[in-house]
Amino acid sequence: MDFNIVWYILVGVLLIGYAILDGFDLGVGILHLRSKGDHNRRILMNAIGPVWDGNEVWLITAGGALFAAFPNVYATAFSSFYLPFMLLLVALIFRAVSIEFRSKEENPRWRNFWDWGFSLGSISAALLFGIAIGNVVIGFRIGSDMEYQGNFFDLVNPYSLAAAFFALSMFALHGAIYLNMKTEGELQKQIQGWIKTNYWIFVIFYLIFSGLTLYMKPEMIANFSFGQIDLPGNKHELVENHQTLISIFAWTVVFLNILAIANIPRTLAKGNFGWTFISSASMIGAIVMLFALGIFPNLMVSNLDPAFNLDIYNAASSQYTLKTMAILAAFGLPFVVSYTVIIYWTYRGKVKLDENSY
Amino acid sequence: MNWDVELLSRIQFAFTIMFHYIFPPFSIGLGLLLVVYESLFLITKKKIYEKITRFWIKIFAANFSVGVASGIVMEFEFGTNWSTYSRFVGDIFGSPLAAEGIFAFFLESGFLAILLFGWNRVKPGMHLFSTIMVALGSMLSGFWIVVANSWQQTPVAFEIVVDYGIRRAVITDFWEMIFNPSSMVRFTHVILGAWIQGAFLVMSVSAYYLIKKKNIEFAQKSFAIALGLAAIASLAQPLVGHDHAKVVEEWQPAKLAAFEGLYETQTNAPLYLFGWTDPETRETSGIAIPGMLSFLVHGDFEGEVKGLEEFPEEDWPAVNSVFQSYHLMVALGMLFIGATLLSLFLLWKKKLFTPSWAWLIKLYIPAVALPVVANQLGWLSAERGRQPWIVQGLLRTSEGVSKSISAPEVMISLILFLLVYVLLFFVWLYVLDREIKHGPEHLAAVEAGFKKKSERMDAIKSH
Repeated sequence: MDFNIVWYILVGVLLIGYAILDGFDLGVGILHLRSKGDHNRRILMNAIGPVWDGNEVWLITAGGALFAAFPNVYATAFSSFYLPFMLLLVALIFRAVSIEFRSKEENPRWRNFWDWGFSLGSISAALLFGIAIGNVVIGFRIGSDMEYQGNFFDLVNPYSLAAAFFALSMFALHGAIYLNMKTEGELQKQIQGWIKTNYWIFVIFYLIFSGLTLYMKPEMIANFSFGQIDLPGNKHELVENHQTLISIFAWTVVFLNILAIANIPRTLAKGNFGWTFISSASMIGAIVMLFALGIFPNLMVSNLDPAFNLDIYNAASSQYTLKTMAILAAFGLPFVVSYTVIIYWTYRGKVKLDENSY
Repeated sequence: MNWDVELLSRIQFAFTIMFHYIFPPFSIGLGLLLVVYESLFLITKKKIYEKITRFWIKIFAANFSVGVASGIVMEFEFGTNWSTYSRFVGDIFGSPLAAEGIFAFFLESGFLAILLFGWNRVKPGMHLFSTIMVALGSMLSGFWIVVANSWQQTPVAFEIVVDYGIRRAVITDFWEMIFNPSSMVRFTHVILGAWIQGAFLVMSVSAYYLIKKKNIEFAQKSFAIALGLAAIASLAQPLVGHDHAKVVEEWQPAKLAAFEGLYETQTNAPLYLFGWTDPETRETSGIAIPGMLSFLVHGDFEGEVKGLEEFPEEDWPAVNSVFQSYHLMVALGMLFIGATLLSLFLLWKKKLFTPSWAWLIKLYIPAVALPVVANQLGWLSAERGRQPWIVQGLLRTSEGVSKSISAPEVMISLILFLLVYVLLFFVWLYVLDREIKHGPEHLAAVEAGFKKKSERMDAIKSH
């Protein structure tokens, strides 16, 4: 077994888990200031109250997994992305403590301050994640020594900004769809209004971002182009040998992605709100998966020379570590899934405030 | 001083980790006490234990969230500021970090949801189970992170290779790396320190109520149980000391020598109670127990202990500051033993909560700061004592920094963290202060409010 590929998939799974789960948390934060009145804001915050912390653990674990499996990517990515990443950390800190502190005090100014902290933290985090993804696609100035040679301003470019707003609109939509399941009455009606507007904003950004990607980085679809497009640098032998199979798989994901997007307004109109959520979760999963398929076997692309790309081999830990950690992960992941199921089952249904709420 | 990337990154790492480390020991200590309190509630079915459990859950929550928020930073700071170090140790250091996520954080955060919000939602047995899982999760997380750090102190089970032009250490035996020579002694030491800190928090708040003559029964019961834990943990600490000293002597002799200001290798090496050491003149003065260091390490007063002069001066840590932080930590540890044993004796004689000992109870209010300081000093000694190495004997701290970041960037992030953390710290104190002033009765009042409201809603609905 090629454990490098196993870990590529495992890190991908963790990131998909994070994007879906913390995605709606971030979305709730992005939309938070649009809800009016203290009661409504408490409902929104408590909709994610019991789960946001667990959702963030997906990011922490993905970070740990990246460190363990691909230390050179961990090292290059975070040191090249230094200032944006520091801002991201501050944004995540503000989000977290705002949830905890907001309702500790009756004073409206106090609550307003933390409402802003929660919302701005979430908005910034979504934008910064987008910028990061955008740069992973467009490539970094990575030299032969695996070190980043660019600066902060290289990271903020039209493509990464498009990715940022794409991520923002996607999480906002996903958050609204989650809230639609957790609320009732007037507030739910209002949230359904948000879904409708956010949906079209998202679709527009989706089209712009996809178009821009195909225009600026056509090699993003090289892996699933039925052998029509060459990937600069090395195409993985797995891809070379199974071009048709992988292309069919990838285009199925594309198709399912579009289907999932189309399914959102349909299920919303029919009142199957659980399915609306499953659709938007699948949509996010499919998008992350397409990115992963697009850049495979690279993890970070160098736009100085394809030979300097960080891929699943030159960036990886030793085979022994990859194997040991894969066994540990196989042992641990069923537990992770079971906790997640228990928690979401315990807190199923509409949000009700009680004395333990935020 | 040269304000370069290395120095600024060291300051930033020290600041962010020290800030973070205010909170996890509270969670670990308080987590264990919650298990005891809630078990007592389920066994005795007494209302007072429900009140105790639910109040301390509130305090736990406020503390936990700041711990989580400041902890996210730590997970990524190795990559941002210490990327050369990350490349060097990734094969080894990354594994316990990933394991911490998979085995500890998911467990902890999952069951935390039930611990904090599930009181009215799940059966009492399930709630207690969740409390136990959260307490276990917090200790497991401590285990994995101490393992990772211990490998930096006592690296074993590795070989150095050069892959793609990058020098790095790779594991040769996973379990030998996990249970490296210092893992278990250091883990025990850290957990005991955390229990003391958590217990002192409970005692501090309870003491405040006792002095204010509020919630007397609540405060006495909370206090007594926390006191028991604090006494056990304080007494156990020196027992670990001997094993710990032996490991440090074998693997990090320069660190041990710096702890005791020992320059010449000698038998009958003294153990200082307090003192001052000057690496320039190579003299240490103070009050010492002759031969005690030799005895601590070898179980024999004539045992030989290596002095700093065995090592080139460039491999010495900052001797006096390490000496001071280490001795202050030990002194605080002794104080904890004395104070908790005295209090326990008075409790047994049923005198602790009488007016004649009110002064002692009063002292417990500010005393919560002491274990926080002791835990910080312990880590300062461990980490600064390892300098100039980031990985003992293998990689220097100066070699570990990121190559692609600049000093102004680190300055900006450092200032950012300073501002945010100072704000957070005061908000945390403020919120804690409010929770404490509201007291355990507040929750019942809020609960009654919700009950009234839902009855009113029911009345409206039925009309």
